Amino acid sequence: MTLSTYFMEATYLIASILFVFALKGMSHPETARRGMFLAEGGMFAAIVGTLVGTHIVAWGWIIAGLAIGSIIGAWMAIWVPMTAMPQRTALSHAFGALAAALVGVGEFTVHATDMPAVTRGALGFEIMLGALTTTGSLIAAGKLQGIIHGKPIQFKGQNAVNLIVFLTMAVCFVVFWTHPDAAAVFYTMLGVAFLFGVMLVIPIGSADMPVVMSLLNSYAGLAAAATGFVLGNNVLIIAGTLDGFSGFILSVLMCKAMNRSITNVLFGGFGAVVAEVTSEVGGLMREINLEDAAMQLAFASRVIFVPGYGLATAQAQHAVRELAEMLEDRGVTVKYAIHPVAGRMPGHMNVLLAEANVPYSSLYEMEQINPEFPSTDVAVVIGANDVVNPDARDNPKSLIAGMPILEVDRAKSVIVLKRGQGRGFSGLENPLFFKPCTSMLYGDAKSSLTHLAQAVQHV
Amino acid sequence: MNPAVLIASIYVFALAAFLGYQVISRVPPLLHTPLMSATNAISGISLIGSLVLAGAAHYTPLAHALGFIAVTTATINVVGGFGITDRMLKMFNKRKPEAKQEVGK
Repeated sequence: MTLSTYFMEATYLIASILFVFALKGMSHPETARRGMFLAEGGMFAAIVGTLVGTHIVAWGWIIAGLAIGSIIGAWMAIWVPMTAMPQRTALSHAFGALAAALVGVGEFTVHATDMPAVTRGALGFEIMLGALTTTGSLIAAGKLQGIIHGKPIQFKGQNAVNLIVFLTMAVCFVVFWTHPDAAAVFYTMLGVAFLFGVMLVIPIGSADMPVVMSLLNSYAGLAAAATGFVLGNNVLIIAGTLDGFSGFILSVLMCKAMNRSITNVLFGGFGAVVAEVTSEVGGLMREINLEDAAMQLAFASRVIFVPGYGLATAQAQHAVRELAEMLEDRGVTVKYAIHPVAGRMPGHMNVLLAEANVPYSSLYEMEQINPEFPSTDVAVVIGANDVVNPDARDNPKSLIAGMPILEVDRAKSVIVLKRGQGRGFSGLENPLFFKPCTSMLYGDAKSSLTHLAQAVQHV
Repeated sequence: MNPAVLIASIYVFALAAFLGYQVISRVPPLLHTPLMSATNAISGISLIGSLVLAGAAHYTPLAHALGFIAVTTATINVVGGFGITDRMLKMFNKRKPEAKQEVGK
């Protein structure tokens, strides 16, 4: 080994250690930023190390790629609004996976025949995971952006078709493993994997996106780890595995928060099921006008806001903070209750509220806040539906039975901000809306909240 | 890849998986979105594989071209991912500590 190779390996080791420290910093908001600086330093070291330690001949390609990538990346970092965070994250899963897949193809074009069987196996995984994550993430991003309809796309025999696609991919993998010179098989595998990614994500509804996002995150990481096996590069294995496991842990948490299994999310096609097993809900939904709602809030002593995806679509995060501050000035205790799957990706609501300058000390997790609802005067539900559906707790026949919920129905009164009388994404009827303690305030969440704040001021 | 290297790689993989589980299960739900974009930026380390493909001596022009695209997309992830993670983390403020009095009840 030459000196420059030693230098390169040293930067890789440093980068690996710094990445772990960075993720350790993520355990608290106060240490998280410092951690990310370490990771940035590690990344920079690894890039410099690679350029020094590798005999580079084609600098043009490298400089062009780094420059174009930096411009697009910086543009995204500065201009993407917080409400578009799920789409951006899905896109970046696609980019990461595409890079892994392309490196795999490149390795194949050069080293296909002189590769040991084990490396070829890793290459196969890299290609499959990379390709299916690329198209899967693009579909997910399209759904989140609204380019593709958010409703699940389903057809008869879908699971059978998916199984055939999967088996074709698996057969290609085995043939490629045993016949390294079969380029046609290799490229078929690549193509089928692209197709499989599409098939995997189209039947999934928008409400299940937190799980899908986490799974795609995991796949993208594992694709990078497989690249590490192909190239015999430890820092790639470590960083890819950390990413893969992070995504895996998040998917498990998200599934738990919906009381569903990963298989059910992927192949169940929830949301397309017509709800015929809702409990018989009697009574009428009681509407409330702005003045009465403002009165209730102004004279309450404890108020809890429960945001859902509706908050994001209405971009109402600033409006809710203004209302909350107005109430706090009157001596009302205000808290926010965040369900783990509220929104379209893990932690979505926290980021939106943080953007609106809501201090994170007033954001509460489900387990912390649920015991407090009985002593709460008003719970304000903003564009959330299934996560506050008491049927999940009370009706064992409900489609979402067993899903842990925010128990807003135990509050003394509930105000639900909703666009119209329709059902939520799952198509389930929500008995909460018919309870005597509940009143409905229809309209766009942002304007409702702004008007509420004005009305509170005049109380 | 000879068997000894493969076994060492599997050790690295297994230990990284264990470490990842330990470290990441302690990240609070509050920071799950920044966590996802941070791990994404970190796995942009596949950039170093792309750099080799795009420029190293023993690769073909076709490989260089593929490497160029890979360098571009990986750089988008690294720059964009770290940038946006930092932008998010800057927004998390503790402010108004008196709002926390109710905790522990």
